[in-house]
Amino acid sequence: MTTIISISGLSKTYEGGHQALKQINLDIKRGEILALLGPNGAGKTTLISIICGLVSPTNGHVTVDGFDIIDDFRQTRSRIGLVPQELTLAAFDTVWNTLCFSRGLFGKKPDPAYLEKLLKDLSLYDKRNSELRTLSGGMKRRVLIAKALSHQPQILFLDEPTAGVDVELRKDMWQIVHRLRESGVTIILTTHYIEEAEEIADRVGIMHGGELLLVEGKHILMQKLGQKKLIIELKEPIQHLPESMLSYALELSPDGQQLTYTYDTQSNSTGITALLQAMHGAGLSMKDLNTTQSSLQDIFVNLVRAR
Amino acid sequence: MNIQAIKVIYKYEMLRTWNTLFQSIASPVLSTALYFIVFGSAIGSRIEAIEGVPYGSFIVPGLMMLSLLTQSVSNASFGIFFPKFTGTVYEVMSAPISFYEILIGYVGAAATKSLIIGLIILLTAGFFVDLQIAHPVWMVTFLILTCISFSLFGFIIGLWATNFEKLQIVPLLVITPLVFLGGTFYSVSMLPPMWQTITLFNPVLYLVSGFRWSFFEVSDVNVGISLSVILLFLSLCSALVWWMFKTGYRLKQ
Repeated sequence: MTTIISISGLSKTYEGGHQALKQINLDIKRGEILALLGPNGAGKTTLISIICGLVSPTNGHVTVDGFDIIDDFRQTRSRIGLVPQELTLAAFDTVWNTLCFSRGLFGKKPDPAYLEKLLKDLSLYDKRNSELRTLSGGMKRRVLIAKALSHQPQILFLDEPTAGVDVELRKDMWQIVHRLRESGVTIILTTHYIEEAEEIADRVGIMHGGELLLVEGKHILMQKLGQKKLIIELKEPIQHLPESMLSYALELSPDGQQLTYTYDTQSNSTGITALLQAMHGAGLSMKDLNTTQSSLQDIFVNLVRAR
Repeated sequence: MNIQAIKVIYKYEMLRTWNTLFQSIASPVLSTALYFIVFGSAIGSRIEAIEGVPYGSFIVPGLMMLSLLTQSVSNASFGIFFPKFTGTVYEVMSAPISFYEILIGYVGAAATKSLIIGLIILLTAGFFVDLQIAHPVWMVTFLILTCISFSLFGFIIGLWATNFEKLQIVPLLVITPLVFLGGTFYSVSMLPPMWQTITLFNPVLYLVSGFRWSFFEVSDVNVGISLSVILLFLSLCSALVWWMFKTGYRLKQ
């Protein structure tokens, strides 16, 4: 995959002195879905805003498809569509008019056939003559996506696309994102929701305090940093761990019925065999066994705590 | 140049005018018609002609200026302030369009709207008083220059304003008093000498005077000075807008 957006040494310090971004380096690949994950104030929106031309960088460079975002802003911006976090729409416009406006702003000649198809794809066609103030929150979100796609961009930024929307609509939005990717659009989204990144992203970037802590393929990330837990249900409850098993990182549940063993999937030896042998030696009998993989949520919390 | 973007901004702003027709056009025309009835027909019929021009006709250029200035400022300021206020300005700012193209779209639409209002007022005036235009080309020149300059000024106010109160302050507390005290309803020569001198510091006087000259060849100050003042004002506004765009003032962090 070739690089479509290249960010190097990007920093942003706002007038009040707040450093929103610290030396960000990132290459975004053509056609991928990249999720930027992080808490409020991590710098996700600032990063997007700089690439889209809404905020000026303090230091560093960004290129989009080989063009510099400042020197060649016409080239870069014409390739980008932005869906902002807030439902910012002119209340008295109709869906159709606002789409025509967006397309024209990006220098494209009117193309009613394309806009009609876009509205149909986003299940908005029936509402094309409705005023925006009459639409539900979910529909407004779709209108924002339609506006961002009205000029047929190669890259789509979605800033918190499912913030404050219900579960059904969120899944609906994920489907839209998948369909867009299939059509060749590179998608960068910011989110608070780990499950969102886990569900739809190819790669995940974790941001915290203006820094990009890591960027990794979703599956590699979970493999690399993921820990597994082996949960052992005991036949008979125990009060204390037998001495022969104290060397294992085991947790005994308060009712003495369950042992939890945490191990690293990447290490050469997980220690499971030795643990089971030690249990046998100590005379403990098992009722059941279960393993769980840590989620992105756990990885994220661990990374952020480590800072 | 992104001509398409200029076109859509211009069309969008003009559409706003048609959608709010009463507020945008009927309201200023009605209030000016009332001025003509009260000052032109009722009171004006009892006031002597000023420098050979009947009072009803004499106030026509001033009343046109009154509407042009207030409308240009409020149209242009609202045009850019509202997207800023609602947040929809993000779209304009992230589009492949330069600040100057944004300016042409917004200021062009505001100036066009003011021009239309000015011409409608001129037609309305024709129903109440006898009109003559001695220098039509100069009349149109002053009209266009005023519309553009004050729309530019309005755009600056729209960028500067952070709330609706600020948006209203300049048109209400600065423009309207300056227009009323700038010879709209009288000739400066009718004032006591000290007030004549003070009035010379009012830039609107030069606009009204120049505009009136194009109608009746009667003016308080030399028409060349009037033209220079409006060109100076246009240059100052252009310089300020250039600085605002260069620094991203209130638009870009």
